[in-house]
Amino acid sequence: MVAVTEPATIASKARTRKPVGRMAALAAYLQALPLFLILGAFLLLPLLLIAVVSFWDYDFAAMYPDFVTFNYTETLGSWVTWQTYLNTLKFAVIVWAITLFIGFWVAYFLAFHVRTSSMQTVLFLICTVPFLTSNIIRMISWIPVLGRNGLVNSALVEAGLVSAPVEWLLYSDFAVVLAMVHLYTLFMVTPIFNTLMRIDRALLEAARDAGASSFQVLTNVILPLAKPGMAIGTIFVVTLVMADFSTVQVMSGGQSASVALMMKNQMSLLQYPAAAANAVVLLVLVLLMVAGILRIVDIRKEL
Amino acid sequence: MHREPRSREFYVLAVFFALFVVFLYGPLSAILVLSFQGPNGGLTFPLNGVSLHWFANLLETQAVGDFGGSFRRSLALGLMVMVVTVLVSLLAGLAFRRKFVGATPLFYLSVASLVVPSIIISLGIGVLFQQLGLQPAWYSSAFGAHLTWTLPFGVLIMFAVFNRFSPAYEEAARDLGATAWQTFLHVVLPMIAPSLIGVGLFGFSLSYDEFARTLMTSGTYNTLPLEIYGMTTNVTTPVLYALGTVTTLFSFLVIVATVGAIVSLNRRRTRA
Repeated sequence: MVAVTEPATIASKARTRKPVGRMAALAAYLQALPLFLILGAFLLLPLLLIAVVSFWDYDFAAMYPDFVTFNYTETLGSWVTWQTYLNTLKFAVIVWAITLFIGFWVAYFLAFHVRTSSMQTVLFLICTVPFLTSNIIRMISWIPVLGRNGLVNSALVEAGLVSAPVEWLLYSDFAVVLAMVHLYTLFMVTPIFNTLMRIDRALLEAARDAGASSFQVLTNVILPLAKPGMAIGTIFVVTLVMADFSTVQVMSGGQSASVALMMKNQMSLLQYPAAAANAVVLLVLVLLMVAGILRIVDIRKEL
Repeated sequence: MHREPRSREFYVLAVFFALFVVFLYGPLSAILVLSFQGPNGGLTFPLNGVSLHWFANLLETQAVGDFGGSFRRSLALGLMVMVVTVLVSLLAGLAFRRKFVGATPLFYLSVASLVVPSIIISLGIGVLFQQLGLQPAWYSSAFGAHLTWTLPFGVLIMFAVFNRFSPAYEEAARDLGATAWQTFLHVVLPMIAPSLIGVGLFGFSLSYDEFARTLMTSGTYNTLPLEIYGMTTNVTTPVLYALGTVTTLFSFLVIVATVGAIVSLNRRRTRA
């Protein structure tokens, strides 16, 4: 049967190749069009407008098309702005380091120590589920744990470790970092787990056969191969922390600041051009960081 | 399969993993318990009696604002975002299988959509609607804002799916005389259906819980996360926890239903 149909299909393929090829190219454009239109209208256009508006004049009532630079000079000339940027970067570095540490070991455990793939799936799902629930609820849920009369403080007082409740547990930088780690660690676990699962197990066998201790296997084989996953996780965590305003606001009780929170306050005062100037600076900073990380890893190859 | 006995490393890491899971779920279970606080109880332990008082309180409109209305809006928005995310990501995934001019810029535009701080998108769309003289609303501006967050996830997932998809199946179908549409409908679609359901779950959940992007784009009527965000500053009773419990349980139900659907699809496929 194969022998009978084969020449016919080859002949028909040869006859129709040209128009089909052109049709296929057209189809690709049509298929990509909705994505382009949506991102064009709701990402590109708004970003361009922000860049334009950042040069506009404004007062308490409205914005006026203009070309002024004081939105930039005002924000960059203020010591408070620089402190806010530094504070945001500080959160980014601390949260990045902690999530990388936790994320790697959790992914490493799932990939190399859980033996059956169904158990792997179940444990991975357990890690994923909280990510699909509300961030705000997950933030609020720390209040009864860390608060003045919260679980941790009552336990500490009851155990006689401290005489009075510890005040810095909630509404502090500590609480902000803790909540961010709670919210964002999964963004580190998933990409690292993905790369670890793709490591050829024969490499580990080979290293062990060649006499490597399990510590040497970890540092000389697994860690270098896990770098792309770590890079992608880093992109997620760093951009999420740099953009965060709600965690900083809720968990610091208004005592700490971040760039996005500063923007949000300007927006609620209708100072859109000032917020737009901040947005441009923040966006450039974030894109530079991402571009730097993308030099290490080619995302398209890792998917 | 027989392998070497568990090493000490295993036990250390197993404890670490268990602690991580407690860290993830511990606080959530705290508000779950506290939402059953008695009518005179406060925001922290101990429980002052057990009651459904705060759940009943949720249904009274004045107590917490418009909980029912914001829930309905978030649900409708989540479903809209889910449908569009699945369709557009699937189409884009198919497009990226071929080479076309602009494929790389479009891919990096999707990645950019993921890394641009959400508050900037919120600000940009808000100002855009203002300049166009359009009234922002949850079904227009917020809808678009949510898509900039869900679409990159969908596109990257579909990209990964088609990276691993062997064209041999389609060639076989075509050699058997199937048209392009038949090949897609009867060969490709059933094989990627579980991933599409996953994309749908992401689309719905990310939209249902999103609020940074909704901040300046929701217009007159709040979505549920905005309602909850507002409550964090001015509500000092366990009604906040009751709302948290209800929405979290709803999210859990959605996840369980989706995972169930994927498992049953996979099971049916292996049986066939």
